[in-house]
Amino acid sequence: MTRTKRRTGRRHPLAAAALLALGLVFTGGAYAALSTGTAQAEVDPNSQQTIEEGKKLFQANCATCHGLDAQGTGNGPTLIGVGAASVDFQVGTGRMPMQMQGPQAQQKPAQFTDDQVKQLAYFIASLGPGPEIPSDHLASGGGDAANGAELFRINCAMCHNVAGAGGALTEGKFAPPLTNVSGVHIYEAMVTGPQNMPVFNDLNISPEDKRDVITYLKYVQDNRSPGGFELGSLGPVAEGLFIWIFGLGTIVAITVWITAKSN
Amino acid sequence: MSTASTRSPAPVKRSFTAEASEYVNDRTGLAIAIKGLGRKAFPDHWSFLLGEVALFSFIVILVSGTFLTFFFQASMAEVHYDGSYVPLKGVEMSVAMASTLDISFDIRGGLFVRQMHHWAALLFVAAIGLHMLRVFFTGAFRKPREINWVFGFTLFVLALGEGFTGYSLPDDLLSGNGLRIIDGLVKGIPLIGTWTSFLLFGGEFPGTVIVGRLYALHILLLPALLVALIGIHVVYVFIHKHTQFAGPGREPTNSVGPPILPIYAAKAGGFMFIIWGVISLIAALFTINPIWNYGPYDPSPVSAGTQPDWYIGFADGALRLIPPGWEFVLFDRTWSFNILVPLVVIGIFLLLVVAYPFIEAWVKGDTREHHIADRPRNAPTRTAIGAAGVTFYAALWAAASSDILATHFSLTMEGVIYALQAITVLGPFIAYFITKRVCIALQKKDREVVLHGYESGRIVKLPGGEFIEVHQPLDEYDRWRLVSYESYQPLMLRPNARGKITIGQRVRASLSRWFFEDRIAPVTQGELEASHSAHH
Repeated sequence: MTRTKRRTGRRHPLAAAALLALGLVFTGGAYAALSTGTAQAEVDPNSQQTIEEGKKLFQANCATCHGLDAQGTGNGPTLIGVGAASVDFQVGTGRMPMQMQGPQAQQKPAQFTDDQVKQLAYFIASLGPGPEIPSDHLASGGGDAANGAELFRINCAMCHNVAGAGGALTEGKFAPPLTNVSGVHIYEAMVTGPQNMPVFNDLNISPEDKRDVITYLKYVQDNRSPGGFELGSLGPVAEGLFIWIFGLGTIVAITVWITAKSN
Repeated sequence: MSTASTRSPAPVKRSFTAEASEYVNDRTGLAIAIKGLGRKAFPDHWSFLLGEVALFSFIVILVSGTFLTFFFQASMAEVHYDGSYVPLKGVEMSVAMASTLDISFDIRGGLFVRQMHHWAALLFVAAIGLHMLRVFFTGAFRKPREINWVFGFTLFVLALGEGFTGYSLPDDLLSGNGLRIIDGLVKGIPLIGTWTSFLLFGGEFPGTVIVGRLYALHILLLPALLVALIGIHVVYVFIHKHTQFAGPGREPTNSVGPPILPIYAAKAGGFMFIIWGVISLIAALFTINPIWNYGPYDPSPVSAGTQPDWYIGFADGALRLIPPGWEFVLFDRTWSFNILVPLVVIGIFLLLVVAYPFIEAWVKGDTREHHIADRPRNAPTRTAIGAAGVTFYAALWAAASSDILATHFSLTMEGVIYALQAITVLGPFIAYFITKRVCIALQKKDREVVLHGYESGRIVKLPGGEFIEVHQPLDEYDRWRLVSYESYQPLMLRPNARGKITIGQRVRASLSRWFFEDRIAPVTQGELEASHSAHH
């Protein structure tokens, strides 16, 4: 009864779903188009307006700890001379503004739009010279992955693990995984040494070598392990846990099954 | 003789199978073996298959390892890698590392076989460990099986040796870091340390010979010893018969279960293929030891999360747990107690494991043969000692992953280490106490069930108004399982033939008291009858 009634109705039963899908595609598409549009509008590093906007953002969101003139207070260091790269990294990855005091600032969803991050960065850069936000040429890979891998193993792997899976430091600090970090942020981290990371200046690792390191990390990010699931790339601990829990676990279940069958 | 020669050919037409069997038997005498072995019964219990798991994974290791030897080159000569893995192209490395990369990327099926070999090795040692725990907790190491326990323990140590030498062969960063720790351990031994290290590595670490030497051990000496000992170990299982759990009709003199031929052999054969299947599946789906990430060995870098394979973890953990400052200079020599103490502690631990059957027999003053496996609860002190040992081992083992624990549970590294130091020292005592009490409680429950039956859940109101729950008596089969175990009493301290009480006797008596002071004796026939008449 109800079925025939529906069939004679004006709307197809899937009409609502189709409408919803259409609406979602439209809004999503529009959002994507608009958001790329805003990203394309470059923030001018030198304009007075950018610096003014950045200053306002700074005074509203950062000055509590870093001081009204970024001179630093008991709760936060001075930011004069840290450079645009430092701000772009700390604010762009959501580490700043800091959620709470702890062993180290935790990564979290970024609080500002890309433009606002840039405004903040150029405001800080206007206070004193410091490392700049790297150009696309240096930060987007395309270098020598083998050289980058070797540099990474020698300089970075002791904290970040050879596959960039992250690792422990002392007193609750840690080196975060690099499996999902953008090239720009990797470069900025190397030149500014955020948190507990040392600074790798251009005499230590040249800009081209930094590009190679990013190339290697991009290679690891883009190419999954040829051996199958990586188990977090954590090394023998993950492998041992896996064989005890899933390998031997499966086999013990099978032994129980085999001996439970009556003859 | 004369009658045999005049016998006429059999008139009946015989099947091909019969003819073939006779042909083979006349030339090999196989029938005797089949008659003898094929009719041996093998008791059925899941935990009795763990040794087989080890055996079957060992076969996988042998076969896959043979394949790997076709392509692996144990040389430390320097080459520039020119295979298909891009992030290592042109990097200088040893031939060993380059050939392992070739196996992984350029030889058909090579990566699969390599992963099979490594996963099977992890499973092999894990199965041995679980098998040893089963033997320990069921008391299957008692006379006449003490020597076989020693063989089994030796197999375990050989397996660790095989694992470690194999881990070191690819000459990647991880294996080099592992060898560096061994080098440090060896150098930490007073007097002979430095000399031994130079002997091992043919000069200053890392040298150019170690991979070749480890390879000889890994594919020749250790496997030969393993195969020989596995043979002896299995032959003794046949000679002694397998232990079985108590049950009606199961006597110390018999062995109840399906005969080896055809049922048990078919099951075990099928089981073997299942194990191979599980290993293949794991090897096909999960990466193990991605040497391409680690890169060639270079003494300067160490990756975060550098650990040995799980079975060496307890030794690595012992090193991590030693507090700082246990190293000092005396008589112009450095005394590395941060290395010596873990070495000695682990040595004592392993010695206790291998000697346990003899210690227990001595403490009990027990020279009888035992073929009925104990339920763990019925040997509370042994089970508690085992639990203490497991806790100690587990704490060391966990310490080897202290950094991973810290990052993944958002803890501080120091906090993890302090906690594990406490667990290593105090944990065994706590585990001992809790386990012993749990065993005794379970025994009390068994006794209660035997004497008064199990709670049926049926509540009955008596004419007087009283409510009672009806207890159902156990049937005889179930009761058998619960009452047939051996009970020991502390040994009495008596003067020997010369009228003296020796120190050895005193030690033994006090140990025996420690073992059997708290005990629940099995229900006797008299108690059972008394309880029945009380209920009726």
